[in-house]
Amino acid sequence: MPCERHLILKNIRKPGYSTDIECYLRHGGYEVLRKALALQPAAQPDGTTLGPKEQIRREVEISGLRGRGGAGFSCGMKWSLVDRKSGKPVYLVCNADESEPGTFKDRQIIHHDPHQLIEGMIIACYANDVHLAFIYIRGEFIEGARILDRALEEARAAGFLGRNILGSGYDLDIYIHRGAGAYICGEETGLIESLEGKRPYPRIKPPYFPAVLGLYQCPTIVNNVETLCAVKHIVGMGGAEYARLGTPDNTGTRLVCISGHVKRPGCYEIEVGKVTFRDLIFDEAFGGGLLDGRQLKAIIPGGVSAKVFRAGEKVRVNKRTADGKMIETEMDVLDLPYDFTSVSAAGSMSGSGAIIVLDNSADMVEVLANISEFFAHESCGQCTPCREGSLWMAKILRRLAKGRGQPADVALLLSVADQIPGGRTICAFGEACSWPVQSFLVKFGDEFRAKAEANADKKSDRAFAETQ
Amino acid sequence: MSWAVPKEVEEKVDALVRRYPKPRSAVVMVLHALQEHFGCISPEAIEWTARKLGLRPINVLELVTFYPMFRREPFGKFHLRICRTLSCALAGSHQLHRHICEKLGLDPAKPGPQTSTDGLFTVEFVECLASCGTAPVIMCNETQHEQMTIEQVDKLLDQCRCKCGTGREGNLAAEHGFEP
Repeated sequence: MPCERHLILKNIRKPGYSTDIECYLRHGGYEVLRKALALQPAAQPDGTTLGPKEQIRREVEISGLRGRGGAGFSCGMKWSLVDRKSGKPVYLVCNADESEPGTFKDRQIIHHDPHQLIEGMIIACYANDVHLAFIYIRGEFIEGARILDRALEEARAAGFLGRNILGSGYDLDIYIHRGAGAYICGEETGLIESLEGKRPYPRIKPPYFPAVLGLYQCPTIVNNVETLCAVKHIVGMGGAEYARLGTPDNTGTRLVCISGHVKRPGCYEIEVGKVTFRDLIFDEAFGGGLLDGRQLKAIIPGGVSAKVFRAGEKVRVNKRTADGKMIETEMDVLDLPYDFTSVSAAGSMSGSGAIIVLDNSADMVEVLANISEFFAHESCGQCTPCREGSLWMAKILRRLAKGRGQPADVALLLSVADQIPGGRTICAFGEACSWPVQSFLVKFGDEFRAKAEANADKKSDRAFAETQ
Repeated sequence: MSWAVPKEVEEKVDALVRRYPKPRSAVVMVLHALQEHFGCISPEAIEWTARKLGLRPINVLELVTFYPMFRREPFGKFHLRICRTLSCALAGSHQLHRHICEKLGLDPAKPGPQTSTDGLFTVEFVECLASCGTAPVIMCNETQHEQMTIEQVDKLLDQCRCKCGTGREGNLAAEHGFEP
């Protein structure tokens, strides 16, 4: 029986659970922080000693935690790349700029359990010698910013923030920084530029890897809200124990957001890789199936940037057999486990954990027009292929959706989409706006051609009528 | 009357600036504070912010023009943000947007925010509000309304009108059973 596995949502789902610090403390809040701050240098088998901060970093590495923002990059690795010898201060920024369409998981944490995030953040900051950190929250989360602000005040008053936290000698301050409605601020270097008070134009890598040249040209860690909450649980239960959850390479639990044409849209916490798309869409514990009388048409597996899956599509992925050997197998996309590795092996990505389900009532041309409109609005305008291409694609799709397309439009659309990604832009937004277009055209090309040609027929009918 | 930032707003701004190692970082937060107080970002507000943070006005203006949440004209008393993006669109947000626009005498096809002639409502079709599980969503000022229907939208509009004691004929409070 597929079911949820709650670590992060554990308290949130309890009736009567509230955002104030007393409630959090009653549920064992800030105990993990106490444990972390009380760690002593530990002697290693090889005769060396490991400091408390290194111990925490090692637990995160052992846990196998992969970033929950979208890229799925190893959190332990990200932390290990921080330049600790530069003599400059290290900053940590929590990325709470949740804006990938389909994603609404960080909202659950911010609105219902802000102290969980703050505790995770303090631990992450302590482990990385950070003394000033920010929560970059999207501008539209006005209520969320207020809740977090109050929670930070409470944490400060209780001695979990500020000078000499819990008598440990460690100082840390965390502040809220609000965005103002730009999706590109979710890109970590764009976020850093924004936090410096500039237009959020992403920076080019190299040289601007945040771990070396981040905020104010200092080493900076940017972690997603959910990732920082996971850090709290990893330090609480131990990295090895956390790694036992989920599957190898895809450890722990993960919040999955299901929306679109399902009976029970919502945010669910699963062990990564232990649940398939079929479970997530059809099982009573999750999406609860499609609306009555509808058939599945498509799945967008990881936010609208991810490449779409067609219902009934066969995907080839490597699967570990009982005796540990890897073999390539073909399976229906619905049988694909929901984890970083499997979804990317199948040619897409689990991204921010946002699944949008489309049934046979969806017009794929309109769906893609909607997606492309989003990217056209959100391109920051720094790189020409993306700035021009995203608008051009949206324009073509708008006319196709309105029945004013031309037969050449489908080929034109694909040619524009093909010329944006592949290192021609500074950040991955170029890829993000092309992938949906490319994949929709490959998998639902007939619908696009039919729309374009239906209009051409209409046009030639009109032309014929005019000659009569 | 000359333009001036009240003392309590300036104190709030000063506290915000102190949070950052470099004052420039505070620009967006300062603009939020000024917009909350004045209703929009005027040229005076841009110059004031620049002086406050030791910047040139262009450094502030380029942010005001970049970020969708900043506005240079005052909005209506109630700002309705309707989510345009996919999950909300699948759940009918475009029909809600059209309905609201038609009810308020606005053009649903026109891009950008629009304000009703009575100055009460500004309607804006915005990108994903990150609440796709409760689609379609509408934000009325700072409050989010989820799983909206045409009936609920009508009720929301009346509720707003009721708060201002203006609007259509009839006893709105009694009709919907809410506090005036």
